[in-house]
Amino acid sequence: MAALPRWLRQPSLPDWPLYPLGFIPAIWLFVQAVTDNLGADPAKALERGLGEWALRLIILGLAITPLRQVAGINWVRYRRAIGLLAFFYVLLHLITYMVLDQGLDWTAIGADILRRPYITIGMLGFLLLLPLALTSTNAMIRRLGGARWRRLHRLVYPAAFAGAAHYLLLVKSWPLEPIIYAAIIVALLAWRLVPVGKAGGRAERA
Amino acid sequence: MLIRRGPDIKASEITPKEIYLSRRHLLGGMAGAGLIAGLGGKADAAPLTAGKSAFSTDEAPTSLKDITSYNNFYEFGTDKSEPARNAHRLTTSPWTVKVDGMVAKPTTFALEDLLKPAKLEERIYRMRCVEGWSMVIPWVGFPLADLLARVEPLGSAKYVAFETALRPEEMTGVGGFFKVLDWPYREGLRLDEALHPLTLLAVGLYGETLPNQNGAPLRLVVPWKYGFKGIKSIVRITLTDKEPQTSWNMQAPQEYGFYSNVNPDVDHPRWSQATERRIGEGGLFAKRRPTLPFNGYADQVAGLYAGMDLRKFY
Ligand code: HEM
Repeated sequence: MAALPRWLRQPSLPDWPLYPLGFIPAIWLFVQAVTDNLGADPAKALERGLGEWALRLIILGLAITPLRQVAGINWVRYRRAIGLLAFFYVLLHLITYMVLDQGLDWTAIGADILRRPYITIGMLGFLLLLPLALTSTNAMIRRLGGARWRRLHRLVYPAAFAGAAHYLLLVKSWPLEPIIYAAIIVALLAWRLVPVGKAGGRAERA
Repeated sequence: MLIRRGPDIKASEITPKEIYLSRRHLLGGMAGAGLIAGLGGKADAAPLTAGKSAFSTDEAPTSLKDITSYNNFYEFGTDKSEPARNAHRLTTSPWTVKVDGMVAKPTTFALEDLLKPAKLEERIYRMRCVEGWSMVIPWVGFPLADLLARVEPLGSAKYVAFETALRPEEMTGVGGFFKVLDWPYREGLRLDEALHPLTLLAVGLYGETLPNQNGAPLRLVVPWKYGFKGIKSIVRITLTDKEPQTSWNMQAPQEYGFYSNVNPDVDHPRWSQATERRIGEGGLFAKRRPTLPFNGYADQVAGLYAGMDLRKFY
């Protein structure tokens, strides 16, 4: 693995540019929706686009640890930004659903959350990510202490699983995309269960 | 039977072509006609002469752009933008339709012969998709009952089964490891539903022949049922005495029944059917509107289901 250049293995760039960069897809989607470039049902297209970006960011966040263990690429310094961005995309996705899709019809929203398995599971995913976003500051990490903080942040595993299941449950029939996303997430979660092939990765599992 | 009077002029006459081609403005400097031609199927669209119909609604028709770029036609991909991109591969001429089963005169029609005696009408119908959105579409077609009369159904016939063409070499969505549906696409109606005057065999929309993504050259339109009952690109119509298998019912029987009448009181297990979003109405901030029983055609069709428990026969 020594063949990889250092800027890739141990990048020294700060993580803050990720925040403005990470919001570009959301802004782009919104601009396209407002200017009528997202097809016949722009609210639905925006909702779906944000959901898909949320899932991609969750996958990216889950890939950091295996990347280090397998390829010696250490991007841990960017993981918090990626995780927070994933949370913001889920939040925007939820807001789009409530405001643009359901028009703040609370009876319909409540019925959806209670009765539609894909919405129930999506909501569960959101609620699991919420404490992780709230404890993402340095002060909170210090307050909780490293071990407890790490234990709490394992909630990202069931959250990712919920996101994948949510997508599989909402589609009619069996299109390929949700199956691919689910397969990647299951593989990344399974990686945490199998101790083989991880060079020195046992000490810190996250 | 109560029939509401529709407008006296065709939608394609009220609305200048440039405007209905892009009711909502096309951006990026693309000319409406050029974009539509690029979407497939429209390049060789031919004008149709059609009379008016008292069955037409006076609601504003959805733009041609939305009707021809937002389609569920899984043979050409599961994303609603894919049929517009892929359906041009479908060869629609020559085309034959086999009408068989419990009829006195089973016939395989060349499309031209099937259409020769047909009196085409413009029917502006509401279309409600099972996914919770709706459109208003100015179809051109003729009553299915007229075709059935020509083949003379036997007294034993109780149902009509329909089948879409299956052409793996032209259809981009029917291959692959995970079969989206058990092809060919199948649909069915009870004979009295099939003979109802609202039930249409459509050959065009907006005054021209059907674009491929909308089911060229011949498709079914049953406006009081969810859109998926409107089987596209029909190659076979069979009269039978048994309830026909239908594709979505085969795929998920607890979600899609044989009848699939639009019903705001019977939710799809995964989403509510109480409201719908009218495509093209209000853009990003479009409000949902309440869904009507039988999609607003209850006066005409509710009698077909007298005494039936519509929760059980969904
Ligand atoms: C972990 C959290 C979540 C993730 C990762 C997620 C992800 C996704 C994805 C990937 C899609 C499909 C996009 C597509 O089809 O291209 C989607 C659709 C959707 N999600 Fe979520 N989602 C989450 C939470 C939620 C929540 C909390 C709600 C609402 C309470 C919600 C409501 C919806 C709706 C209504 C759709 C669209 C369904 C349709 O197409 O009709 N999601 N989501």
